[in-house]
Amino acid sequence: MPVNEEFKPTIVAFCCNWCSYAGADLSGTNRLQYPANVKIIRIPCSCRLNPMFILRAFQRGADGVILCGCHPGDCHYTTGNYYARRRMTLLFSMLDFLGIERERTRVEWVSAAEGAKFAATMNDFSATIHKLGPNRRLEDLRCRKD
Amino acid sequence: MQERLKQKAIQLLENGTVDRILGWKTGEFFYDLTPAVFTTREQIEKDFVFNVFSGANLSKYLIAESRKGGKIAAFIKPCDSYSFQQLLKEHRIWRDNVFVVGVQCDGMCDAAKLGDGVLSVKEDGENLIVETLYGEKTVAKADALADRCASCKSKKIVIFDELIGEQGEETENDRFGEVARLEAMTPEERYEFWRGELSRCIRCNACRNVCPACSCEKCVFDNANSGVRNKAAADSFEENMFHIIRAFHVTGRCTDCGECSRVCPQNIPLHLLNRKMIKDINELYGEYQAGADMDTKPPLTNYTVDDCEPSIVHERGGL
Amino acid sequence: MKKIAISQLNTLFAAIAARKTLYIPADDGAGSAKFTVWQEGVTLTDKLNTVRSAKDLFFPQVENLVNFKVEGTKIDIVENRDAAEPFVVFGVRACDCASFDILDRVFLSDPVDTFYQTRRENGVVITLACSRPAETCFCGVFGIDAANPAGDITCWMDGESLYWRANTKKGEQLTAALDLADCDGSAVTAQQEATREILKKLPLNSLDLSDFKDQKLLDVFNSPKWAQLSESCLGCGTCTFVCPTCQCYDVQDFDNGREVRRFRCWDSCMYSDFTMMAHGTNRPTQKERFRQRFMHKLVYFPNNNEGIFGCVGCGRCLQKCPIHMNIVKVAKALKEELK
Repeated sequence: MPVNEEFKPTIVAFCCNWCSYAGADLSGTNRLQYPANVKIIRIPCSCRLNPMFILRAFQRGADGVILCGCHPGDCHYTTGNYYARRRMTLLFSMLDFLGIERERTRVEWVSAAEGAKFAATMNDFSATIHKLGPNRRLEDLRCRKD
Repeated sequence: MQERLKQKAIQLLENGTVDRILGWKTGEFFYDLTPAVFTTREQIEKDFVFNVFSGANLSKYLIAESRKGGKIAAFIKPCDSYSFQQLLKEHRIWRDNVFVVGVQCDGMCDAAKLGDGVLSVKEDGENLIVETLYGEKTVAKADALADRCASCKSKKIVIFDELIGEQGEETENDRFGEVARLEAMTPEERYEFWRGELSRCIRCNACRNVCPACSCEKCVFDNANSGVRNKAAADSFEENMFHIIRAFHVTGRCTDCGECSRVCPQNIPLHLLNRKMIKDINELYGEYQAGADMDTKPPLTNYTVDDCEPSIVHERGGL
Repeated sequence: MKKIAISQLNTLFAAIAARKTLYIPADDGAGSAKFTVWQEGVTLTDKLNTVRSAKDLFFPQVENLVNFKVEGTKIDIVENRDAAEPFVVFGVRACDCASFDILDRVFLSDPVDTFYQTRRENGVVITLACSRPAETCFCGVFGIDAANPAGDITCWMDGESLYWRANTKKGEQLTAALDLADCDGSAVTAQQEATREILKKLPLNSLDLSDFKDQKLLDVFNSPKWAQLSESCLGCGTCTFVCPTCQCYDVQDFDNGREVRRFRCWDSCMYSDFTMMAHGTNRPTQKERFRQRFMHKLVYFPNNNEGIFGCVGCGRCLQKCPIHMNIVKVAKALKEELK
């Protein structure tokens, strides 16, 4: 797969309302740069992330999907992120088992105070996906833009 | 064995313990048995069958049957008993309305392994005497054993009201061998493997509908309002999505009964997806067998504070 | 009658494929056979028949109808029919070939389904006579002769030769373009006799469906047997999807945010949302859905089509139903009831 210099990955970041979403906000007010192709979707807790959301993001053109939630132990609902952690571990393992590139999915714990971590995470994830190239193994050809 | 089951069924009906019997009904040939409910002695004497082709797992039928009023007796093989107990644990079966007769099982056969033109089969000890359109032949039961039975995980009947045959134990098996073989491949090879397998899918939903763990009243894939309903895979993505979600939705609840692969008209090894999840759960969160008991918490509704991070998928060697 | 040596089969396929896309039944690598585009290296299966029937080539599971392109308040309708190329399908069995007659009655009667029609016109059907039928075969019930199938061209195969007979103009045109030797029909006649002896022994070939013809529709419809027959039905679509004569489809839209793709795909009367309407469904339980499938094949279709049943006896549903409930068991149970 040739890496197209023009390739601008589309990244979907599911962010927990109580931490990472505020962390993204903070990175903005601190004028920290992160790629504009990161599309943030706010969810009430990391454990709200239905695996179907991830698949649908890939279907509709995402090249990478990242989930950001509160650090384990800090969940607004006490335990939501612990469940999310198990779920995502197993889901990512299944995707890997099906041969989907394991770098395309990621989970990071980002608190409301970690604006810098949010920006750094997005920069790093975006660079990883850029290197990986467009999502071809879990895409829906009917949704392709070209 | 069949005679003992028949006698038990008749006895349970006639002494008023139950008013219906769930078992297997005879077909046109020896191998094409249909799960059926029997209500009279005559029906049982005429049509009730238990043989090496009684592979169908009857547990799922009890979701509906236990709600119909009256009491039903069901014949449950070891692997079916795990499914049954898992459904009980999920409060899907009304236990009071079911009388479970545990039946020990020596492994079920796969009719496809008997060759073509099979008119009838006779069990003769360790062999099957197969009468075909093209002559008679003898096939060793071991050679016709269904793949899932060749890697049987347990002969233990985990829940029963009465037992026919000996209680068994969990067995040594190599059921994760094929999963490990795939894990050892490169992602590209795995991708090619699964594309080859899943591209045969005709979206008949047999795997989903037969699965004792798939017991939603309305599946997301049948729900027009879900946005993901599809009656046919119009794109390879939809093949992947259906099978990922199907396997993931039963993760932690799948007892590895193997019905999904048995019923697949296209011979897709769907059980491998489920087994991958079971293997991961065992390795990451401790040994867990769905349906083995009523008390342990299922791995996906449980956690520990020092669980591994999802990045372990990157880190695990050989993956 | 023409013939060609089995050793030359590859040459024959290459010659056909040079003119038109050629499909032959080949092993699918998973223990079954499927119709596969022939290219060098693809070989004819020794399986009796494919899991998916030859219907797929004329009425595919998914077929694009039209696209709607949305820009602001403007909607453009864009033609997006899948390209319809001329093709040849080799190795169609007598039962599948007979299923085309049934599909024709549905799709080619007014209003004509132009998608199907185009494929029928573009397709040359080369049938292959059976010599080793399965126990699940019962095409004889429907007057189909497995030893002498129809189609544009009929073939017979023995250990040494492939025998070839053109039946239609389309078949003759293709034959003329190929290098085949003339021969007499004695080998074919001998094989046919042998096959017919086996066909006589098939346990289901003697099924008598005449009861269904004169039966009052409502008697069958209201039979108490349906509840019992359908009780263990899983409601999957296996029987309908492997069936060569099932022809129901659903029209669905896929919206990718920029345009809507309207396509049709096979539907199954076994599914809970089959013929769903604004008020809901008129077949609320599996009993009604199950009944619909068999009533359609055994009663409704013959009532509307000069007594022709909507089944060709290929036996796929007998082999593939997860719980081994099938049209033979249903017909036998109902006959008992109707006596």
